[in-house]
Parts: sequence; C-alpha cells; structure tokens
Amino acid sequence: MRARWTLRTVVLAYLGILIGLPVVFLVLKAFGHGFGAFWGEVTQTDALSALKLSLIIAAVAVPINTVVGVGAALLIARHDFIGKRIFDTIFDVPVAISPIIIGVSLVLAYSRIGWFGAPLARWGLNVLFTPLGVALATMSVSLPYVLRSIVPVLTEIGQDQEHAARTLGAGRLRIFWNVTLPSIRWAVLYGVTLTIARTLGEFGAVLVVSGNITGVTQTLPIYIYDSWDQRFDVLGSYSGALVLALISVAVLSILAVLRRRERKLLVDFA
Amino acid sequence: MGGGGTLIVAYLSIIVILPIAAMVSHGFSISIGTKGAWFEFWRWHVAFGFRTFWDAVTAVGARNAILLSLWLSLAVATINAVMGVAIAWVLVRDRFFGRTFLDSVIDLPFALPTIVAGVVLLAIYGPDSPIHVDLFETWMGLMLALLFVTLPFSVRSVQPVLASLDLDSEAAARTLGAGTVRTFVSVVLPSLWPSVLAGFGLAFARAIGEFGSISLIAGGIPRTTTASYYIFNLTSGFLWTDAAAVSTALLVISLIVLVSANVFSRRFQRRLL
Repeated sequence: MRARWTLRTVVLAYLGILIGLPVVFLVLKAFGHGFGAFWGEVTQTDALSALKLSLIIAAVAVPINTVVGVGAALLIARHDFIGKRIFDTIFDVPVAISPIIIGVSLVLAYSRIGWFGAPLARWGLNVLFTPLGVALATMSVSLPYVLRSIVPVLTEIGQDQEHAARTLGAGRLRIFWNVTLPSIRWAVLYGVTLTIARTLGEFGAVLVVSGNITGVTQTLPIYIYDSWDQRFDVLGSYSGALVLALISVAVLSILAVLRRRERKLLVDFA
Repeated sequence: MGGGGTLIVAYLSIIVILPIAAMVSHGFSISIGTKGAWFEFWRWHVAFGFRTFWDAVTAVGARNAILLSLWLSLAVATINAVMGVAIAWVLVRDRFFGRTFLDSVIDLPFALPTIVAGVVLLAIYGPDSPIHVDLFETWMGLMLALLFVTLPFSVRSVQPVLASLDLDSEAAARTLGAGTVRTFVSVVLPSLWPSVLAGFGLAFARAIGEFGSISLIAGGIPRTTTASYYIFNLTSGFLWTDAAAVSTALLVISLIVLVSANVFSRRFQRRLL
C-alpha cells in the first residue's frame, strides 16, 4: 500500500513539474496584465497577419496532403507493387528527422543556390524567404498523418464489400464514394485533424526557409518566437502561445471523440 | 500503380526525395571549378567533396553541438524510459480521482506546437521565473524541454502492453511469496522491456533532432547549442554547404536510431518508421 502511494506521488510530482505547473503559469503570464492586454496583443497587426498566413498555408497544405494521404493509403492497403515498403517509409521520413533538416534540404533544392534554382528563378519562383517556401516546408512535415490514420482501418475492414459492389457492377469511383469512403470517414477526419494541428504549429522547418519577414513569411509560431527573441515583447509571446495551446486542446478533444467512434485509431501519432 | 500512383510519387519526389538528395550532394560539394576529363572531375569531386563534408562536421562548434545532442538525448530517453513505466503503471493499475484527466494530459506535449512547448517552459523556468528557478541558457533547461516533448513516446509505447498483461501470473508469483519489487522485476518486466526499448528509441530519435522547444531556452550561447540549433545558426549566416554537411550527419544518426528501433520492435508487431 505504501509502495502504491509513493509511486503515485512520484508520478504526479513529475507530471506536475514537467507539464502541469508550466501550463498553469503560461495562462497566468498571458493574463498577467489583464484580459485587455492579452486581447490587445492577440489582435495587433503583426499577430493578425501571422494568423492569416498560417490559415492560408493550412488551406493549401491540408487538402493536398489529405488527397495524397487517401490515395497512398488505398495503394498501400489494396495493391501490391514493387518498392511498396520504400514508398511506405518515405512518408514517415519528414516527421522522423529534424525539421531543421527539412528546411535546409528545401533551400538546397529550390532556392537560387539549389539544384533547381536556376530554372525556377527563370519562372520567378524561389523558396527562400517566400510564402512558397513556407508552404512547401509545411506540406513536407505534415505529410504522413492522413495515411497513417487510414491504413490500419482499411486493412481491418477488408475488401469484401468492395468486391461485392464490383460484382454488382459499380465502377471504381462509385465504389470509393459509396463503399470505401463511408467506412474510413472517421479515420480520414482523424488524419485531417492531425494534419491541421501540425500545419498550424510547425516551426523549425518554416523558420529556416522563411527568413522571418513580418507580414510576408511570418506564421503564428514564428511570430511567437520573434516576439520573444527579437522584439522582446514577452507578453506577445505568451499570448500567442496561449492561443495555439488552446487550439491544441481543441484538437486533442476532437481526436478523443473520433477515437471513441473508431477503435483502430492510434493514440500515439507523432 | 496507375496514374494516381505516379502523381503521388512525383509529389513525394518534390517535397521529400529530391530536396534530401540535393542537400546530401551539397554537403559533399566543392566550390572550385574543375576542367579536364570526366574521371578527373570525379576524382576531384570525391577527394575534395569528402573533405568539405569532413571539415564541416569536425569543426569544433559542430562536434560539440553533436556531442551535446547525443548525451542529452541519451539522458532524456533513459529518464523518460523509467518515468514512462512508472506513469504507465499508475495509469493502468492505479485507481484514483482524476486518472482519466491525467491520461489525456500525457498527449498534450504531442499536440502542442514545439515553440509553444518552449514558451510554456519559459513561463515558469525562464529569466523571470515566478518560483525563482531560472534555467535559461543551461543544459538543465534543454533537458527539461526534451523531457517534455518526448514523454508521450515513452508512456504510450509501454501503456498498451502493460494493459494487456495477464494478471494471473503476477498473482501466482505473489502466492509463491514474491514481494512487489520481485514480482515486478521477474514477472512484469520481462514482457515489458521490448516496449520500453521501443519507447526509448522513439524518444531518442525525437530528442536528437528537436529544435522548436529548445530554440528559446537555449538562448544562443555555444554551451547550449545543440546539433539542430547549430545548423540553424549556419543557415542564418548563409553557410549552406556547412549546414548541408552537418544536416547530413544528423540525418544519418537519426536514421540509424530509427532503423535499429524498428528492427527491434518488429518482433512485437509495432511499426515505428
């Protein structure tokens, strides 16, 4: 009985020091000068333009990665082809390595000094210090979430219904819309939620390519960093961080609801 | 694979494969032009290109940064391996008010953007710490940030395995006179340790490349410059060749860690990479 109490105390103390207290103090600091000051920070021009860019980038990256994720999941779960294992593994590479590496690699491929820099420059395209680079970096780091959410569900439900639909004369598109998609819809939503979370929160990869230009390439996470590190606006940093933290809590709640509907969805997704 | 498959492969090439190939090649590049026969070019390229890479990776700053990342990640993965088992145990076996809430708190470091994790820790352990614990620009601060972001890996790897364990053999051990500790070490731990090691691998791999959560608390002094922070410094100074070389080294370290963790964990059917 004493062992149980000791263990419980140690665990609670560890989680308190590591997660509980820091989160409580973030809230206290963000509202330290009253709600008005917090609201003023959140609604100032630079913060709003950062939020706007973050939302635009998400609006580009999330649909693309959702379509790619669903397509790739169908290929992996329903087809056999040469190089399938490599194909599968490549999706995880961007989240398995340092985001800084993603940023560096994109610059060395598509900026003026990169492999494809010269031909792209002729088209007026460059990834360094541009929103295009921010979008590419974000697309890269949010690549695998939809795929990883769907594949276990696709494998679990099997192909019986799809075969039945084909026997009844349904075409491939019709089978997808009427048979496959309804059975994976919660998994797709789960993956999309994760993709949105990562898209809004990505920092390292974006920082390398963005050059941190206020109003042009500054996303919300970069704004939080910039407020602390360059502009010494600590309250701005705390306030922005609290906004993103609240979004994260909302994301976690959505994920919990979706997990209750679909048991195959994993808790550990990073 | 069909047309859709081709499009997906093209997309993967654009956002993952080609950039990494370009980066690795850039890390081994030479900036001087070479004339003569093609074999002459390749001889120069291989000899001096490797020199470029080696010089960048063995520079004092780079070496210190990589070593700092390695030992921090090792320490963090070890501490969280132990705490992960303890936390998982409490979540699975203990019953008390607020346990479900505690269970959802574990996922918070996963969901929080890394820069937010950094700011959250600075709110209490930063220069204007309300409890007078200032870990700004210290390795303790880095360690705290890495413990924070890797905790879910350590807990969530162990938790399902612990939950699926058969309680009968533990009861049998107790009947035969084994105490709590003995039962844990001889009955529970043997079936648990592969998952503990898997969590260790994931936490290590995450910690070695982590940037966002430590970018503020590190402050930018050499003593707290980790590998990823060092690469970021190089890119700020437009030293792209050096950045590519050190990135390539870090990439290789990460892949070695993940592949060995993956080979190990395949035995109990859990994919990591």
